Amino acid sequence: MQETVQLEIFRYRPDQESEPTFQTYEVPFREDWVVLDAINYIKEQIDGTLSYRWSCRMGVCGSCGMMVNGVPKLTCAVFLRDYHEGKIRVEPLSGFPVERDLVSVVDDFINKLKDIKAWIIREEGQEQPVEEGEYLQTPAELAQYKQYSMCINCMLCYAACPVYAQDSTFIGPAAIALGQRYNMDSRDQGRDQRQEIIASHEGIWECTFVGECTTVCPKDVDPAAAIQRAKVSSTIDWFKEVLVPWGKRK
Amino acid sequence: MSPYHRPVPKTWWLKRRAYFLFMIRELTSVFAAAYCAFLLVFIYKLGEGAQAYASMIDLMQSPSSIVLHCVTLTFVLYHTITWFNLTPKIMVLRVGEERVPPLVIAGTIYAGWIVLSLAIAWIVLGG
Repeated sequence: MQETVQLEIFRYRPDQESEPTFQTYEVPFREDWVVLDAINYIKEQIDGTLSYRWSCRMGVCGSCGMMVNGVPKLTCAVFLRDYHEGKIRVEPLSGFPVERDLVSVVDDFINKLKDIKAWIIREEGQEQPVEEGEYLQTPAELAQYKQYSMCINCMLCYAACPVYAQDSTFIGPAAIALGQRYNMDSRDQGRDQRQEIIASHEGIWECTFVGECTTVCPKDVDPAAAIQRAKVSSTIDWFKEVLVPWGKRK
Repeated sequence: MSPYHRPVPKTWWLKRRAYFLFMIRELTSVFAAAYCAFLLVFIYKLGEGAQAYASMIDLMQSPSSIVLHCVTLTFVLYHTITWFNLTPKIMVLRVGEERVPPLVIAGTIYAGWIVLSLAIAWIVLGG
């Protein structure tokens, strides 16, 4: 007899029900299947009404993040064999509203990425003409921000953050880490613009350094460290402004 | 058809070990702050004269005070160790392109802690 595994899936169909329910599916157990393979099997073979997001299946696109047994995971990166004892409970990423089944509403995160200006900003008139070629950078300058640039916007860090779960105005781990990624880029000149958001009440000072954002990050971005480092540089800014009022903040 | 907002239970910090340990770390701040306040009272009593100071010492030798000191010491040690371990995350030092290993940074702080504690013990115990 073929070995099977049970998946307990969060279902929410707003056209049919006002409260979510859990539905259990039995799928074949395969040694080389990840949780996403099992969900795809349900969609294709058992219940075509199940909604969820996925794309690359190789830990690059960041679309298939879900809560697996209460922990935020990329479902393409966790094997069934690691959860083989008992049922596997799959829910949408916590902290976000649920659109349908395993699909979260992520508009809030997308807007925060825009607010934080996660792109290279050059000051007025400082833009280098295209014919002069690229902005050059030494390996040491690259090393300053490279870790933060590995973020794939999967939002697992938000799902792990108890601060964001209780107060969604918090800018949150990934957006602040990406802000730091550009702040620490030698080609960027937009720190002052980002600082308005990063050092605001909803920014770094909301963070209580639980550190779970870093634990769940599949790309070792370490957003918790990015936030604490931003706290240090914002504090230095404050001292410079208060103690040396005539000094120019960098 | 509106999105569903899942409520956050008040017991969220019991759901995962890391959340629980975080809450304990936050709680330890209360003990650290309370002991600072106690030390200020202690200094104030010292300024009030020998009798006030002696009665304070008497109070501190009571069993309940000793238990409270042991509990406070445990929490303050937990506070210190967790924050010392987190410091290398915040302090990212680079020598050229190489990052100074977190263990070196944490090791330096622990070494400083031991040296200072020994110095204070030497002064208190009359060197």
